[in-house]
Amino acid sequence: MEQEFDAIVVGAGPAGSACAYKLANAGLQVLVIDRGKFVGAKNMWGGAFYGGDLLNLLPNFCEEAPFERYVTRQKISFLTEEDCLSVDFASPKFKEPAPHGFVMLRSKFDRWFADKAQEAGAVVAPGLGADDLLWDGSRVVGVKAGSDELPASVVVACDGANSGMAQKAGLQKELSSEDMKQGVKEVIELSEEIIEQRFGLSGKEGIAWEFVGSCTQGLPGGGFIYTNKDSLSVGIVVQLDALVKRKVQANDLLEGFKSHPEVARVIEGGKLVEYSAHLIPVSGINMMPELSRDGFLVAGDAAALVLGTGLILEGANFAVASGIAAAETVIEAKERGDFSNESLSMYRRLLEDSYVLKDLRTFRKAPHFLENPHIYNLYPELACDVARRVFIGDGQPRKTTWDNVRDSLKGRASLLQILPDLWQGKGAI
Amino acid sequence: MKVISVEDKLSVNKFDIDKDVHIRIAEDICQTCNHHACIYVCPASCYKLSDGGITFSYEGCLECGSCNIACDKGAIDWTLPRPGFGICYQYG
Repeated sequence: MEQEFDAIVVGAGPAGSACAYKLANAGLQVLVIDRGKFVGAKNMWGGAFYGGDLLNLLPNFCEEAPFERYVTRQKISFLTEEDCLSVDFASPKFKEPAPHGFVMLRSKFDRWFADKAQEAGAVVAPGLGADDLLWDGSRVVGVKAGSDELPASVVVACDGANSGMAQKAGLQKELSSEDMKQGVKEVIELSEEIIEQRFGLSGKEGIAWEFVGSCTQGLPGGGFIYTNKDSLSVGIVVQLDALVKRKVQANDLLEGFKSHPEVARVIEGGKLVEYSAHLIPVSGINMMPELSRDGFLVAGDAAALVLGTGLILEGANFAVASGIAAAETVIEAKERGDFSNESLSMYRRLLEDSYVLKDLRTFRKAPHFLENPHIYNLYPELACDVARRVFIGDGQPRKTTWDNVRDSLKGRASLLQILPDLWQGKGAI
Repeated sequence: MKVISVEDKLSVNKFDIDKDVHIRIAEDICQTCNHHACIYVCPASCYKLSDGGITFSYEGCLECGSCNIACDKGAIDWTLPRPGFGICYQYG
């Protein structure tokens, strides 16, 4: 059988396109297949991309990429039903020496990124999905797509959170609802001027805004708002098994979140233009599958390479970094003419040496810690209550801040309840 | 603020709906299910409670896979729509 392709990449998300772009630039024959009608049709996220991986891979990224805004403010808010206590971090360091974060919409960005891979020489085929793997004994030798059998020296699975390929390769076990969060999002159209007015932005400045507390009714997860150019991405991320236990839909949480006074006033008058949903693998290294076997690699969400620390939830930069590492591995394997698991194990070493697996190891206890309900009900309520006592006088003589904290704790929690949280948090986040 | 139903939200999305049904449920198993997790985890409200059992419609499916993971009764025969069909996010 003639090997037409050195590599078949399944899925044209950030991992797949990064991998294909790098492989094509090295002169390898690459086919990227994606089950969407067009690239990006199946993909959604919060969304912002962080870190320098894209800038390193695509030097003209800032000039050419269809990003919405830079991230120039990072805000985190603790919510109760009515109140909102925020930390709003702004710094020129977000832009200097190079931009750190980009707010993007995936359908546009993924299409652009796949086009870049195509310009570099990859064959990109949307509307083509991988139904199964082709095997020669225990070696993966390509994919089945509809009635086509597509042979390749190596298959790189970048098919996302529900990776059928990693499961068919026998690397990923059945997924569990304790290991997944569900994200639901609305894209709400508003004029550029209104967005800039309401958020105090100008030019290409943008905000990544995370929320913890009443927005998930105390369930593990949070809310988010990202400022696009002329729309807002507004959504909720929530632990999948918690929805079942609480008997609530993520959309009910989203509607509650949108009615919070602080959220309602920024989305006021906006027009819903899209409603989307996706799963996020959140157990990090605890759920990560084996990353390779003979003729097969797995990258991005398909390999559960997502970092959740409580303050951030990032996957796309890990996807790009792993896609690049997969490409570097395949390039060397091609030089050696050896696509065995041993040869491809270089991929794991590259990830171990980079922030990808170092970060997942550093925060390996975070997924369990973040299941603690206190984070989503007790602490946001405490924080807002102390703020109320400090900032809103009632005509009575003032108390010290410490006394306010003590009064706030009364009836809510004892130190004996809080100390274990602090102790666990110390080692986890 | 007016609460928007899932159905109204889905109506703004772009779908290319296949005539082939990509998810099937075993209604007899759903009749005996004690938690009906599918109802709560489906962000598109494709699963509805009816006479103690479940009715399912595939048209608004956002292809997230939540139902397949949450159903522990083996009642869901889950696949993705044929390539090119299903949800077509314009924003994402």
